[in-house]
Amino acid sequence: MTIPQISVFLENKAGQLADITKILSDNQVNMRAINIAETADYGVLRLIVDDAQKASAILLEQGFILTMTPVVGVAVPDTPGGLSKVLSVISTAGIDVEYMYSVFGQKDGQACMIFRVADTDGLTAVLDQNGIGTIAGEDLGIH
Amino acid sequence: MEQRYYQKEIETADREQILAWQNERLVKQVRHVWDNVPYYRKKMEEKGVTPEDIQSVEDLHKLPFLSKDDLREAYPYGLLAKPLKDCVRIQSTSGTTGRRVVAFYTQHDIDLWEDCCARAIVAAGGTNEDVCHVCYGYGLFTGGPGLNGGSHRVGCLTLPMSSGNTERQLQFMVDLEATILCCTPSYAAYLAESVHEHGLRDKIKLKAGIFGAEAWSEEMRQDIQDKLGIKAYDIYGLTETSGPGVSFECSEQTGMHINEDHFIAEIIDPDTGEVLPEGSKGELVFTSITKEAFPLLRYRTRDICILTRKKCSCGRTHVKMSKPMGRSDDMLIIKGVNVFPSQIETVLMEQGYPANYQIIVDRVNNSDTLEVMVEMTPENFSDNLGKITEMEKGLVSALKAMLGIYAKVRLVAPKTITRSEGKAVRVIDNRKI
Repeated sequence: MTIPQISVFLENKAGQLADITKILSDNQVNMRAINIAETADYGVLRLIVDDAQKASAILLEQGFILTMTPVVGVAVPDTPGGLSKVLSVISTAGIDVEYMYSVFGQKDGQACMIFRVADTDGLTAVLDQNGIGTIAGEDLGIH
Repeated sequence: MEQRYYQKEIETADREQILAWQNERLVKQVRHVWDNVPYYRKKMEEKGVTPEDIQSVEDLHKLPFLSKDDLREAYPYGLLAKPLKDCVRIQSTSGTTGRRVVAFYTQHDIDLWEDCCARAIVAAGGTNEDVCHVCYGYGLFTGGPGLNGGSHRVGCLTLPMSSGNTERQLQFMVDLEATILCCTPSYAAYLAESVHEHGLRDKIKLKAGIFGAEAWSEEMRQDIQDKLGIKAYDIYGLTETSGPGVSFECSEQTGMHINEDHFIAEIIDPDTGEVLPEGSKGELVFTSITKEAFPLLRYRTRDICILTRKKCSCGRTHVKMSKPMGRSDDMLIIKGVNVFPSQIETVLMEQGYPANYQIIVDRVNNSDTLEVMVEMTPENFSDNLGKITEMEKGLVSALKAMLGIYAKVRLVAPKTITRSEGKAVRVIDNRKI
């Protein structure tokens, strides 16, 4: 079970991020999670939104470079050591995490972390075997 | 100021004498290449010229031009005019893969080249009592070997420092009381800064500097002169014609005397090839009339400048060329290295980047910087930042391999680089030179 993530190329110059959020807002796209990885000169903006198809079409039309990537939403117990346990399970299974970040808000004592791995099915299976839940797109208001 | 010369009779010869040397040597040189270089003979035959057609400098215009493309095509031995057993040295242009030029020298060629450099050193006030600090690069680059040889001829105590290691340069400069400095103007400016920073201004004994191999402005000259308390002289040359010393500045500092007993200079219209009258701005063309191993007839330097025969207060009679004012091709000289935008384009294409790029050249703290702006493409983009930086690093090393110098790569958003109506603006040179 994966969630679609949009990654957008960002040049490190004033107003780039503001431009993108404005475009999404003008088109009634709601953001569920956001993460930026950057060097001094450029960055990658990663977005989870309620309607990834619509958002990517709009951004492409505006000339942005982007790519869609399947990521896994993991339910992390919102207690001390919660994330540590999840990571230990993943690491024991020999799965490399390319990057991860958190989703806005939490519910039912669980935080949601987004994990990017090459083998999403493998990750889901490992988590399942260890009693760690994954979060479906619908749970995050993604349609 | 008392004028001194390395070869007074030659350097102050009257016009008729210089012309007589040129006429005699040109005729001989044309015969030499016709007899020994099939590449030249073919070029001359194609233009319908034989050695008999060249009786004096007046006939020079009948000869075909030679370009850097010819040198590349004939690489490595195609223009060699002497048997290898008579050659003792090669020098080469710096780092530019695919555009490398290899020049050959007999011992006689080296002797004459060193004489030319010696003339420059004496014109800058050098004598056998001077300590000449040479921090041009040694090796394939002509700067170090040329000035080193010239310095020996003058009888200076020569410090063959080569480039780099500024701390050591300063130490030797102070300890051995160097009086003449030879290097690129940008390194001279850097050394001047360092001297200032280390508070060594009162400890150095420099009186003159001979700076060439790259373009520099009058402002830069003033700055170096003030900071080091010296007189800074320009020197010009290119590997193809021997190296530094094709022309050099005298005490007047108003242009460089071309060693006309070895080189005939012409100014042409770069578009039509037509020879322009004295005083016109155009492309400089050289014919080397004394070189044995690697003679060049009507070699197009692509440097734009002006020649003048106005009487010079130094007493030298050889024609003077202005500092090069630009290029008639798109070659850039960055950190003394020749860079063509087409080389950068080739690397971008090979690495899967779009050919829409922009080159930004600047001079920061007296050192040239090169930045290549490249647009990101959907194919090269990834959600993984590490993959993008890996690609970027790959591009940087491929550029380094091609150009021989570091170029900073700046990945930009698509459509960032202006596409103009007509010719694309590929190069932005912000250097004030």
